[in-house]
Amino acid sequence: MAAIVKTLSFIVLLALVTACGGGQEKPEAASTPAAPPAEPIDPATVASISGRISLEGTPPKPERIKTTSDPTCMAPVFTETFVPGDKGALQNVFVYVKDGLGNRTFPVPAEPVVLEQKNCTYVPHVLGVMAGQPVELRNSDPTLHNIHAVPEANREFNMGQPIQGMKQQHIFSAKEVMVPFKCDVHRWMSAFVGVLDNPFYAVTSKDGSFELKGLPPGTYTIEAVHEKLGRQTQTVTVGPKETKSDVSFMFKV
Amino acid sequence: MLLFLYALIVAASTAVLIFAGGMVTSTQSGLSVPDWPNTYGWFMWTFPLEKMVGGIFYEHTHRLIASTVGFLILVLAVWMWRAEPRAWVRRLGYVALGAVVMQGVLGGITVLWYLPDPISIAHASLAEIVFCLTATIALVQSPAWNRGYRGAPVDDAVLRRVAATTTAFIYFQIVIGATMRHTDAGLAIPDFPYAFGHVLPPHWDPKIAIHFAHRVGALVVTCFILATTGHVLYHHRSRRELVWPSAILLCLLPLQITLGALTVLTGKHYIINSLHVVTGASVLVTSLILTLRTFRASVANVAGASTRQDAPYAAARPRTSEARA
Repeated sequence: MAAIVKTLSFIVLLALVTACGGGQEKPEAASTPAAPPAEPIDPATVASISGRISLEGTPPKPERIKTTSDPTCMAPVFTETFVPGDKGALQNVFVYVKDGLGNRTFPVPAEPVVLEQKNCTYVPHVLGVMAGQPVELRNSDPTLHNIHAVPEANREFNMGQPIQGMKQQHIFSAKEVMVPFKCDVHRWMSAFVGVLDNPFYAVTSKDGSFELKGLPPGTYTIEAVHEKLGRQTQTVTVGPKETKSDVSFMFKV
Repeated sequence: MLLFLYALIVAASTAVLIFAGGMVTSTQSGLSVPDWPNTYGWFMWTFPLEKMVGGIFYEHTHRLIASTVGFLILVLAVWMWRAEPRAWVRRLGYVALGAVVMQGVLGGITVLWYLPDPISIAHASLAEIVFCLTATIALVQSPAWNRGYRGAPVDDAVLRRVAATTTAFIYFQIVIGATMRHTDAGLAIPDFPYAFGHVLPPHWDPKIAIHFAHRVGALVVTCFILATTGHVLYHHRSRRELVWPSAILLCLLPLQITLGALTVLTGKHYIINSLHVVTGASVLVTSLILTLRTFRASVANVAGASTRQDAPYAAARPRTSEARA
């Protein structure tokens, strides 16, 4: 029987040794190295790019989510993957300048962008922020939430906000489009944050429109990202003071 | 006898804990409580009940049950340290205590490190070891074990080998299952009994490989369980201590396969999925009990037993396996 005890002990030890192999803390992505001075943007010549995102096909209608696992989530909650817009417009698409700005660097706003937990949903569902800019996470609900970001280039975090009115800030250090957010308490809650090194981004509204203002003249790669339908890019050239308003993307269901 | 009953309760509570752990994974609630050992800053046992909502219900309940089981095992180890005459049984208690403490630490680490696969798999695998240890303690505390099964335990080398191999394969199969669960490969093959409509998957990736390995493992385990139970029923039909676990195994086996199939066919329904986990653990422990009983003949009798009790046991110990009449 002593042999049995030794064998069981060995198995336990083996499991412990295996378990102590270390964590998988992802290294923080290196911040962008200091770029050489770039040509400053002349406010007198800046251009803008605007357009519309539309959807071809019939998307599934937003469904009401069963929220009975938390009695405090009384307000109706609907899926936000496909939010119907006007005349086939697609809402909640993140549009940004992916390439074309060269080695320009941009001042990072000190003002935080707000991601609120309200009525057991993230508000807004999609948002943009610059790397280094604070994201303020607020709990406006009379229940507990955990804010769990699952990035790839940035550090994963999971923080609890058990009390209504709590606010915490987080700063992403590296560019990443998109960073998914979830709440493991309320599994239906999700949000997507685009983290950029430039301020040229927008999220489509109900009419599917977007506008990127203040761009220096040049040729840009514009990318549109939808959480379910993926990414599309276009190359757009704008001259001094030009307003290009016919940039459109069509996603298919 | 009291110690035996207590050990039984501890083993049963460990099974409940495994089911609760299965519910956490099945409902994807593992990170619904972001801190550890506290719960949203509260000391675990003072966390308000009305705040146990959504995923917190599963995760926090698992933590409460785990703490209770840890305490029960601590009491068991202390009790055996004070009352158990057999040193190796006392050591089993210490090992069980160390294992459950380590299990708690693994559970905490896996939360704080955002569920890394190796840690989560180790947590699931060690849970089975803890269950095996508590069940072993309960078994060796039982009056029947201490009486040496009517003074003449079965001494069958072939049965010992096949039963031990079966138990080892079941454990290995559970580790594959844990790997499948924690790498999110549970639906990598979405149909059953075929794989994408074929006997063999027409295409492969790591998740499909893990999933398919679990299905192959189920076949292997089935063969070994049938071999073990067939041997028992053919050669030792009169031995209740072997027939009972064999019969239980033969009941659990189809149940477990059915639950595995339903897990796939229902898209991993959380209750079915969790039942599959705890039934797997039950198969393991039942096989372990059967295996340990086949080794009873090679274990010294309980310390302090009277010579009168030991003598007939030694004299009656058969040199070969029982021949079927």
